[in-house]
Amino acid sequence: MEQKTLEVRNLTVCFRTEKGIIRPVNGVSLDVPAGSIVGIVGESGCGKSMTARAVMGLLRYPGKVTEGSVLLNGRDITNLTEKERRKLRGAEVSMIFQEPMTSLNPVVRVGKQVEEAIRLHTDCTKEEAKARTLEMFREVEIPEAETRYKCYPHQLSGGLRQRVLIAMAMICKPSLLIADEPTTALDVTVEAQILKLLEQLRDGGTSVLIISHDLGVIAKVCDYVYVMYAGRIVEEAETEVIFRRPAHPYTQGLFRSVASLREGGSTLETIPGVVPNLHRLPAGCSFSLRCGECDARCEQELPELKETEPGHKARCFRTGKEAAE
Amino acid sequence: MLRKKREQLEQAADIRLQSQIGEEERFWFLMRRMARENKTAVISFIFIVLMILAAILAPVLTVYEENDMDLMNRLSAPGGAHLLGTDEGGRDVLTRLLYGARVSLLIGVIPALLSLILGAVLGVIAGYRGGITDTIIMRIADVTLAFPSMLLAMVIMYALGGGLINVFLTLTLVNWASVARVVRSQTLQLKNSEFVEAARVMGVSNRKIMMRHILPNCLPTLLVLFTLNIPTSILTESSLSFLGLGVQPPNASWGLMINTGRQYLFTAPWLSFVPGIAIMLTVLAFNFLGNGLLDVLDPRQKKQ
Amino acid sequence: MLRTLARRALQALVVLIGVVLLIFVMLRIVPGNPIETMMGEHANAETIARMTKEMGLDQPLLTQFFRYIGSAFRGDFGTSYSLGKPVAQLIGNAFVNTLLLAVFAAVFAWIFGITCGIISAVKKNRLTDRIFMGVSLLGISLPVFMSAMFLQYIFAFKLHWLPISGTDSWTGFILPAIALGWNSAGQVAQITRTTLLETLQEDYIDTARAKGRGPTGVLLRHALRNAMLPVLTMMTIQFSGLLSGAVITETVFSINGVGRLMVQAISGRDIPLLQATALLATTVVILGNLLADSLYSVLDPRIRKEG
Repeated sequence: MEQKTLEVRNLTVCFRTEKGIIRPVNGVSLDVPAGSIVGIVGESGCGKSMTARAVMGLLRYPGKVTEGSVLLNGRDITNLTEKERRKLRGAEVSMIFQEPMTSLNPVVRVGKQVEEAIRLHTDCTKEEAKARTLEMFREVEIPEAETRYKCYPHQLSGGLRQRVLIAMAMICKPSLLIADEPTTALDVTVEAQILKLLEQLRDGGTSVLIISHDLGVIAKVCDYVYVMYAGRIVEEAETEVIFRRPAHPYTQGLFRSVASLREGGSTLETIPGVVPNLHRLPAGCSFSLRCGECDARCEQELPELKETEPGHKARCFRTGKEAAE
Repeated sequence: MLRKKREQLEQAADIRLQSQIGEEERFWFLMRRMARENKTAVISFIFIVLMILAAILAPVLTVYEENDMDLMNRLSAPGGAHLLGTDEGGRDVLTRLLYGARVSLLIGVIPALLSLILGAVLGVIAGYRGGITDTIIMRIADVTLAFPSMLLAMVIMYALGGGLINVFLTLTLVNWASVARVVRSQTLQLKNSEFVEAARVMGVSNRKIMMRHILPNCLPTLLVLFTLNIPTSILTESSLSFLGLGVQPPNASWGLMINTGRQYLFTAPWLSFVPGIAIMLTVLAFNFLGNGLLDVLDPRQKKQ
Repeated sequence: MLRTLARRALQALVVLIGVVLLIFVMLRIVPGNPIETMMGEHANAETIARMTKEMGLDQPLLTQFFRYIGSAFRGDFGTSYSLGKPVAQLIGNAFVNTLLLAVFAAVFAWIFGITCGIISAVKKNRLTDRIFMGVSLLGISLPVFMSAMFLQYIFAFKLHWLPISGTDSWTGFILPAIALGWNSAGQVAQITRTTLLETLQEDYIDTARAKGRGPTGVLLRHALRNAMLPVLTMMTIQFSGLLSGAVITETVFSINGVGRLMVQAISGRDIPLLQATALLATTVVILGNLLADSLYSVLDPRIRKEG
């Protein structure tokens, strides 16, 4: 059996709000095999980022993990104390965020911020930490590492800042890197460079979990894809499989809107409606409100995540039937 | 070509006019929202209204006369016939407090209004004219703001001498500069907006543009500044009176009551504490109301 | 950065000259001859004329002004009418007391205010937060003369813990400093809490947590320094408030400081003394603002870059 860097089982995150309890992450299970890049895709508000934060133990109040478990390299980290968790963060599992513009502390030199990560987790001297930081800067291809070390965030471009953040995340050589929309704020050429960098990291032995709403990003680098909708995984398969034969109507809808964009068609095809309010989820399939193929059963019953073909699962009655027939 | 541009601008002015009607509705909408969401502001507003009523109705509400001496009952403690005690002349403290509210409220409102007018006019002129006019007005404002407000007030009071009218003047001269600064910066923003350009194209005089078009747009801010300037004036005057430099008897402001009561601080503390607490509550109420207005009318300013 | 500072310093100098001029003119437009006022009723016309000439009061206003500036640079601020001593000497003694008072008050305000603000932010909406914010609100709304009299009445008169007035020992400074600093402390506490809570929502706080920083480290190393920037701006405004308050505090606690000297100068219609004290106070405020500006640009690298 292959080695798994991350195993998430039946993870549920609850938010207690004035209007009642909502579950932005609802029974999510996913695996990140060692040495692979796995993607989670979905519209904003579907629970992707919340899943990532739950794995990191960085949920903001009043979010709370109420069910399920998270295994990092086979070790259950769900019930660790905050202190034990802290030792893992930045050392074994790191995270980079969507906005490189605001994710760095504006009043601290970037070199110091990167250095801080390694000094928190190892007993190295100042000189060693600095040497290691510069080395890391070169690894993530920051030109003129010495000069950049002394820069403040506002003096760097968006792409460079994202590289700094990656350097910071990677300096302790974690086994897992979670990248939350790593390229959303960057332009296309920089995006390509950053994605290449993530592939290099994977080849260097770090598993990567990418969270994105951008199917293009997913297609370029991911080995395996999870599609999320309203807090649940609705489809999962190897990237190639899912792009060839999307099974869930939601995934199909996502692809259609991208395709219509790419072909420059006169009409932009979108999925009708919006992500449902988590306070008023339908009794049955969460997607039933927006689904063109929905029938009475879809509205009443929640479909299971079932195999449609070997290695390809979808949470839909219709595709399930099709597979059976 | 020119005509088209002109038509466009006239349209812009027209839309502006319509939106101004909306502005008024918007104002009352915001007021209602504040009433709903900000309990502190509402309570403060009620408190202020009650206090104004009490000050106006002072002769009706009290059994004693403001300057009724009762030498048999000097410095008697609060309670009994004199609810808040008597002072060194046997005068009823509650009565004097209510009459003092008249002076103190006037001192709050009139300088706040005067400095608002002075500051707004100078601010608009500075912002609209720019150039040397702007430089001169704003340098004077800078100099005024460089003074600790108490010291400036003391120096001006020295030059003018005591008395109620001079207190009004002094507080106006102390407070106009901050108003001018705010109004100037708003004018700079409004100066280049379409409706001002439209008015200019149509040949409206500069003075009319300033008074009819720019100033009305500063009104929400001015209302906030007015509300917040009232407690500042009350505080500065009471500090001046505390030092014996403010209003002079027989106009007893709360500050003056504290000043005379201070000699009896250890024997009859209520003489200074009662008006002191009155000042504190009033200042607090105006500040809460002002901040409530600031919240709904101008959320941008609050951030800065 | 240096250029910015130089420009600021130049601006400050212009303002300072304006202040001198303003004070000078304002005190000269007072009706009546100050010598007459000073000498009282039993002065004869001849003496008054002689004195007026001696003090240069018969010269045109502009000449008087430049003479004043000239001698001020040599440390000569004239002789006090009411106390008969050189103004420079009077102020020198008083300035030490006022400075001590202001420094104690500022230190109290900032330490107390920032600590309360931080604790309140951390314990947001809990009991501690409410108590601290209540105390600071009380501080903001209490006029200085009220807090001074309250403290004097309770801690000096009723409890006998501290001296009622005077500065014979350092304990005499405790109550005045608290009375004077309480207001600023309240403001500092409130703004520290607000900005800290805002800062804790920033993305870089997530980054810091993601690299394994604990709550204390996040607070002290990442949030606080950013949150301190607006707090610092406010402190500069407060500095002039402290000087205003010092006048009151010194009067209540009978401290021989610049503020009390100023009150004395006014009641004695003592122009040289009033002129010099007002000038001194304003200079200190202008210098304080300049200092805070430079501190701000040291703390915020984004400002440092811009010319």
